[in-house]
Amino acid sequence: MTAIAPAAAGSGAEQGGSSGLFRRAFSFTRTRVGLAIVALIAAIALFGPFFAPHPPTAFVAPPYAGPSSVAIFGADNLGRDVLTRFLCGGRSVLALSLASTVLGLAGGILVGLVAAYARGWLDELLMRAMDVLLAFPQIVFVLLLVSSLGPQLWLIVLTVAASHAPRVARVTRGTAQEVIERDFVLSAKAIGEPSWRILGLEVLPNLSSPLLVEFGLRLTYSIGLIAAVSFMGFGLQPPAADWGLMINENRIGIAIQPWPVLLPVAAIGLLTVGMNLITDGIARAAIGIGRSAP
Amino acid sequence: MIAILLRRLGLGAVTLFFVSLLVFGTTQALPGDAAQAILGKEATPARLAALRERLHLDEPVWQQYGKWLANMARGDLGRSLATEEPVSQLIAGRVGNSGFLVALSALIAIPLSLALGVISAARRDQAIDHALTTGALVLAALPEFVIGIALILVFATDLVHLLPAVTLLAEGVPIWRQIDQAILPAVTLDLAVIPYMSRIMRASMIEVLESDYVQMARLKGLSPRRVILRHALPNALVPFVQVTALQLAWLAGGVVVVEFVFRYPGIGAALVDGVANRDLPVVQALTLMVGGIYVLLNMVADMATILLTPRLRTALR
Repeated sequence: MTAIAPAAAGSGAEQGGSSGLFRRAFSFTRTRVGLAIVALIAAIALFGPFFAPHPPTAFVAPPYAGPSSVAIFGADNLGRDVLTRFLCGGRSVLALSLASTVLGLAGGILVGLVAAYARGWLDELLMRAMDVLLAFPQIVFVLLLVSSLGPQLWLIVLTVAASHAPRVARVTRGTAQEVIERDFVLSAKAIGEPSWRILGLEVLPNLSSPLLVEFGLRLTYSIGLIAAVSFMGFGLQPPAADWGLMINENRIGIAIQPWPVLLPVAAIGLLTVGMNLITDGIARAAIGIGRSAP
Repeated sequence: MIAILLRRLGLGAVTLFFVSLLVFGTTQALPGDAAQAILGKEATPARLAALRERLHLDEPVWQQYGKWLANMARGDLGRSLATEEPVSQLIAGRVGNSGFLVALSALIAIPLSLALGVISAARRDQAIDHALTTGALVLAALPEFVIGIALILVFATDLVHLLPAVTLLAEGVPIWRQIDQAILPAVTLDLAVIPYMSRIMRASMIEVLESDYVQMARLKGLSPRRVILRHALPNALVPFVQVTALQLAWLAGGVVVVEFVFRYPGIGAALVDGVANRDLPVVQALTLMVGGIYVLLNMVADMATILLTPRLRTALR
């Protein structure tokens, strides 16, 4: 990639490249606050299991027991340690939402690039197909597929990715159309470079800032969607420790023992807010392309 | 312009057709046996055969689809596999409940986000604007069920028991007579859509306030209040109308999670139950309905934009 990069940078659209973008984004307070929040929650999710005081499925106290010396945040609906299950329940949310975001972004970028480059009937066909996928609210699309194939993790990752792809494809196509008209792309075409090289090495690097914003936005929504799906009981199945599932299992006892609901809800909320703050910072840094509506 | 509107209408119809294909295809025509998938591995051959016949699984896929679509169009939604009730009867009351919930949220969200957007724009870069935009940024990120559960924790536990945490509708009483049951779900939906609506209102208001004719009105010595409400606001409304239609469309999906959180007896909660029970006819009917509403409202948003924007109205033939 480095061999061709100077041609792309020479277009003048992205002064300073993406390191400059990050530096500018980092100068906003909100970006730093967002980064701190996300780092904290991600650390809890990743390293939490090493600090868990009990095994995640061990019964340590009576159901819905309040905080005690054995369990500092009390026990859940079955009498398992709330702190342990909280520390162990973040990895799944994080891993699944990251996977679905990366997949959805990759798929959407591919479709958007091909549509913008091919034009004509292929463009029309691809974008109309995306419109059909856009005809469902994301959560309903996920539920539709879960209803026929059952609650399986790969399926949920794939459907969340598929529900992101059309939205990413629209953004990619919109911005790529303009880049494809530029001189350096036309000259690469004239030399006879293969299309995949032109798209991957000439066009794609010039879309980095809108796509970075899109990544942050999609990740924010992925976290919410994935957590909502497992909250509704279609994600990880009991007795797994998972933040979404944990909220559902314990919400009946919310009045007597709020901790097993409060901890995962706060973690998911903070994670999405932190992610959105970072995204907003990057969008502001990439002025003119900053858009944050769904 | 009529040509454009007709084209958009046609596009909507085509999309709807593909939506029906997608619903049918993913639920019934998947490779493998739908009957086996529904009944599980321990099903007896007799029950499998009965279900196959009921879903017409033995016929060619296209014939199945044709029959299914014709039945749907006639309003015959089939019978629930879980309760044996006709699906139309099962969801009839729930459609009304969800409609009421969405209407209630819209009734709160539209004036409130309009006002917040205008205030933010008029006080641009002042403390109140910063507070409102930061609040919107935070709220926009939060998943609906997080907002819902936070509201339950604050308003419906032992701490302050103002509103019910779980919806319990009395039989035979119209829903608007028990509005307290719908307040928390409606507010949850509002907190999810207001950030987007007020953000668009703020942006479009700022654009209009910077235009020449508003400067002119100011220079004429009109009061700021009059300039904003009489001169700027009407012209700033177009993007707001569009985003309102889009957010209403979003609500069609938003109700699913929110109804589940509050166990509110609407179509969203019915869909979650249907998915959990693998109740194929219920899932098909509800996803088709939600998809239809979604497509329709997106179309309305596009058409409203075309009709309300003079430039588009004239420039595009």
